[in-house]
Parts: sequence; C-alpha cells; structure tokens
Amino acid sequence: MREERGSRGGRGGDKKEGKGGADSPRRGFFRRRRVCKFCAEKIDYINYKDVRLLAPFLPERGKIQPRRISGTCALHQRKLQVAIKRARQLALIPYVTE
Amino acid sequence: MSTTRQYELVYIVTPDASEQEIADLHTQIEQIVQRFGGTLDKTENWGRKRLAYDIAHHREGNYVVETISGSGELMKEIDRRLRVIDQVIRHLVVRVDEELRVAQRTGEARKKFTARRRVARGLPPERQPGEGRGDSDSDIDMEGVEVQR
Repeated sequence: MREERGSRGGRGGDKKEGKGGADSPRRGFFRRRRVCKFCAEKIDYINYKDVRLLAPFLPERGKIQPRRISGTCALHQRKLQVAIKRARQLALIPYVTE
Repeated sequence: MSTTRQYELVYIVTPDASEQEIADLHTQIEQIVQRFGGTLDKTENWGRKRLAYDIAHHREGNYVVETISGSGELMKEIDRRLRVIDQVIRHLVVRVDEELRVAQRTGEARKKFTARRRVARGLPPERQPGEGRGDSDSDIDMEGVEVQR
C-alpha cells in the first residue's frame, strides 16, 4: 500500500509546508503531547509517593516540565507541582541533577 | 474536641538504625497517637531506599509511611517530636482527607457524566467488557484514590 514514511518522517509532510515548519528544526521532531496525561488516564489523585507517575514530568535536569511541553492541563499541572515538591522533600526525586 | 482529620506521615530513618530501633520509633508514634485520642490507620514500611540527594551525609534511608486520623494538635506534637529525634533525618506531614475527598468526588462526577451520556446514546450506563478501544479498560474500576505504584 501507500504507507511509505513520506508523510511522517520526511520533513514537512503535506500539512506543515506552508507554515515555515521546514526551517525550524524543532517543530519537526518534537512531537508534542497535546493531551493531559492525568485527564486521559483519569487519574484524580496525583500521589506524591508515586515516583513512576511523576518521573515523566521531570527532564534530566530535574526541573518541572512546563505545561506547554508536557501538555498537562492547568488543573493537573497545579496538582502535579505540589506532588513533585512533596516528593522532593522526601528525597524521592532530586531538586537538581548535575 | 477538635475535628478529626486524616494525615499522612512519612519519615526517613537513618540507614544505620536497626530493625528494633525502627520498631521503637513506630511504637513511640503509636503512643502519641493514642494519647491524643487519634487512630493509626495504616503503616507501610518501604524499607531501605536510595535517597535522591544526600540528607545529613546519608545516601540511603529507611522510609516509613503512616496514615493517621486525629486532630491538628496531635500532628503538631508528632512533628515536634520527630524534629527532636536525631535518627529521623527527614519527615513530612500531609493532610490528605480533603484531597482524597476531592479526588473521589471528581471520580464519581465523571462516572455519572459518562453514564448519563451513554444512556442518552442508548447504551447501558456502564462500559461493557470488550467494548471500545482495548487500552482504556481503566474506565470503571478506577476509583481514583489508590494510585498504582
């Protein structure tokens, strides 16, 4: 069939061509997550003791990932922020990593 | 009497503390809880874990999690006591009853909402097994309170 990689991997498929997507390299590979993880998975309570849950929102440096990148909704980002800060106090998560 | 609330207490004991010493600490807390007329609902011992950063020159620590129902004064006393004990290198008291209540309420509201919409679409109110995309089977059984570890 016609499922070659063309439309995905090739730079600026058929959609993005008009919008200068070709010259900014970021747009190409950073596929953004548009959906809030907590809304999608219906997690009502963000447990601060659950490191596995929080880990994806902490990039290498250990900073909290901004909403614009992770796609988390405002409500859950607020709750996530509190949970991360609690986990940091308990040394489950680092404040900074070199 | 003051109102009863639910709290979570997490404390980290030095890695060189023996099992006995950890148990002693636990009984100490239990006694304080009893003295103030609270209840100790649950105790979880996570055992020795690596710390994400050094605390008081330790790289590891014994984690203990306790769920306590009681008054604010009780938690204040526990907090004060844990501060004084050197073996406890870190502790955290968090009030959880309100957060859990909110979580539960949103969970129930969502359930009701989906049920209403499903009925409006002429479907049974609950998601049937094998229906829809396979990955979202967490639809019903997710109570929201206990998050998987």
